[in-house]
Formats: sequence, C-alpha cells, structure tokens
Amino acid sequence: MARPTRILVPKTAKKGEVIEIKTIINHHMETGFRRDDVGRVIPRDIITRFRCTFGGEVVFAMELFTGIAANPFIAFTTVATESGELAFEWEDQNGEVTRATATISVA
Amino acid sequence: MQSALTRRTVVGGLVAIAVAPLSTSAAFATPETMSDAMRQELGPDARPQAGRIKITLPELAENANAVSMRIAVDSPMTAQDHVKDILVFSEKNPVPTVARFHLGPRSGQARVQTNIRLAGSQTITVVARMSDASLWIASADVIVTQGACFDGT
Repeated sequence: MARPTRILVPKTAKKGEVIEIKTIINHHMETGFRRDDVGRVIPRDIITRFRCTFGGEVVFAMELFTGIAANPFIAFTTVATESGELAFEWEDQNGEVTRATATISVA
Repeated sequence: MQSALTRRTVVGGLVAIAVAPLSTSAAFATPETMSDAMRQELGPDARPQAGRIKITLPELAENANAVSMRIAVDSPMTAQDHVKDILVFSEKNPVPTVARFHLGPRSGQARVQTNIRLAGSQTITVVARMSDASLWIASADVIVTQGACFDGT
C-alpha cells in the first residue's frame, strides 16, 4: 500500500548549491510498547528505512526506530549537480516500500 | 512572558512524579543499556572526542511524542573529508538507538532534522562517524513534562 507523502524540494537551484529537502510520510510508527483498552500489546509497526537517490546514486539514507515520531519528518541537504529526478523510498518493517519523486531544474 | 509556574506545569509535574515509578520497568533503557548500545554500534574501544556537533533540541518539550531535533556537524563534506554516519542515542527510551543517518560528499553539508519521541526527561547523545573513522560526540538535555506513550500511560 502506497502511503501519502509530502516532499519539499526547491524547483530550481544553481549548480553546486546546497539545497534542503524536507519529507513527511503518513505512518503511525506504532512502537509495540503500548497496550490497547483490554491490555493487549499493540504490535510494532514502523518505517525502518528511508533513502533518497539521484541518478541511481544514494544521496542520503536513514534508519528509523521506535523513537521516531509518528508521520516521520526527515530533512537533509544535498548538492544540486544537474537537472533531474530525486527518488525517495520509505521501507517499513515488512519490506513494503512507498516511493515518490521530485524533479529539480539546475542551471 | 507569564510565570513559568502555571497550573498546567504544576499538574504536569505531579503526573510525571506519579507515573515515574511505573516507567522504570525493565522494558525501558537506562544510561547503562544506552552505553551497551553505543559499544555495540561503535565498537568496544571507541573513544569519541567531544565537539564538532551541534544539537538543537528544545530545553523543555511539552509534547514528547514529537520533539523537533536538528543536528549539524562541522565538516567540509568533501570526498576526502566528510561525515559518514550520525547516530542518535536515548538513555530512557525503550530502544536506545533512536536514528542512524547516513551521509556523504553528496550531502554538501552535514545537517539533518527529524522529530523524535522521548520517554521522559533525559540526555540525548549524538555521535558522528567521519570518513577518516574518527568519532565525535555531543549531548543535549531535554526536560519533558509528560513522556511519550511508549507504555500506554
């Protein structure tokens, strides 16, 4: 199941400029440490990996654990090298992947 | 600004005191389990040096379920000299490792941000591993009025 995501990338950048990328994915990041109303443990369900690639090259990656808040927000930087497509991947603990892309025009 | 001692902070403080004994169950990390996790991640003989890392966390977190954390590491981020990994550790959360960030020369700057959960007032420790394998360390204290609901309280 693809989950809703939001990505903020500048539309344009100068070559060599360091740009900031902000991402959010809708996910409850259930820790597995909570109990429901009748005392049963609510099973863990979290995003465990995030990756941003440009032209097949990994630009940034992150490993997430239960200590990351619900609807994980991740911001990082990258150098604008050329116009192209940034690809984003979020992988949950069961290996399910949500993908998104953003284009940037570099002058 | 209003006086810091509002009814809300007083009530929050009392709740925190009342809940505190419950949250010291075995499921929760202690400074010792955090040290174990750090040894496992960094190796038994790792001796990180203090400095080069700037952690931005609120001194007082009202909503411990989502606390904004920024980390910046002083590095030129060139192919020869860059930050490879940024590791975040908690001394109180049930899982001591909070996040691992992986960077490289393509990052341009060593600057990341995310929202974390805090199971209680604590010191957050950040370690940066550089391309020359050197390790740097910094920490920041956060006071939490009500911990993140790791244990359903």
